[in-house]
Amino acid sequence: MPLNVPIVENILSANDRLAQENHARIDAAGVFSINLMASPGAGKTSIIEQTLPRLADKLRVAVVDGDIATSLDADRAEAAGAQASIQINTGGECHLDAVMLRGALEQLDLKQFDLLIVENVGNLVCPADFRLGTHKSVLIASIPEGDDKPYKYPGMYRGVDALVINKIDLLPYINFKMDFFQRGVEALNPGIVTFPVSCRTGEGLDAWINWLMQNVKRNGD
Amino acid sequence: MHELPITQSVLEISLRHAQQAGAKRITDLYLLIGKLSYVMDDSIQFYWDMIAKDTIAEGATLHFQRVPVELLCLDCSCRYPVDGETLACPQCASTRVKVAAGDEFRLESIDIETFDQSDANVVEK
Repeated sequence: MPLNVPIVENILSANDRLAQENHARIDAAGVFSINLMASPGAGKTSIIEQTLPRLADKLRVAVVDGDIATSLDADRAEAAGAQASIQINTGGECHLDAVMLRGALEQLDLKQFDLLIVENVGNLVCPADFRLGTHKSVLIASIPEGDDKPYKYPGMYRGVDALVINKIDLLPYINFKMDFFQRGVEALNPGIVTFPVSCRTGEGLDAWINWLMQNVKRNGD
Repeated sequence: MHELPITQSVLEISLRHAQQAGAKRITDLYLLIGKLSYVMDDSIQFYWDMIAKDTIAEGATLHFQRVPVELLCLDCSCRYPVDGETLACPQCASTRVKVAAGDEFRLESIDIETFDQSDANVVEK
């Protein structure tokens, strides 16, 4: 006679459990952490390059870089002033998961830092499903990607805590309807904090830096 | 999405619970998957047939229950299904909404066969 055994367990629970462990570890060290996600070429590394010099003398920053191959991004983060940068090569995986971040955390003396920036693999689909254990998730959109991205990648736009819109200096040259884009964002993620910036001209970056500083301060209190 | 690691996770969870329940065999698995979770049923079944081989879950049937998307309006508390056209609240047109259903991704239960008395005798020998 078959017997029904109730389970009710989240299928990605193994990753979620590890993400909670990562979170506890980062939190215990008093570090504020963000998971930076975007499509390839939106400007994840450029944001990091623009952010680090503006935080110099204020915050000690570690960067963990996820890429399928090469250490180009970790090298750029280090050149921009990261106190430590760790490259994770996912070997084909299209996203970071909690296990990979745990491996990187083990290489860092977390107490030495105020801010941990995790740069995920460029991808608007899979990183949304794998929690890492960071405090906040940040999505970087960019003007050349087009204004339809919230509608096409709802899972990503729904799950993030802050949105950076990069390359706004290109608005005059590209048919990007900001109203249409923001309506999509608002429907999926009402009230999300948004930073229109240009990494090329530096426009809008002060607000982004302030948001980071406030979060680091709040986390330390 | 990532059907192979997902299928491995389903196998790991079901074997763990089956062992705790003293199962001889897992015959059926019941999965609850919201329509916001991009998972291909056929692909999971395909991997399942490969990775469950030589376990007590070999040959088990996977049942997928799909949950339609429902939103909850944060302004007027109206709960409504999404028709694919608009996401705004049909009652008050607000776009301050949150997902109320449709992002589930769970293994709900499994059917198992347990060792009966004659099996127990066999095991003791």
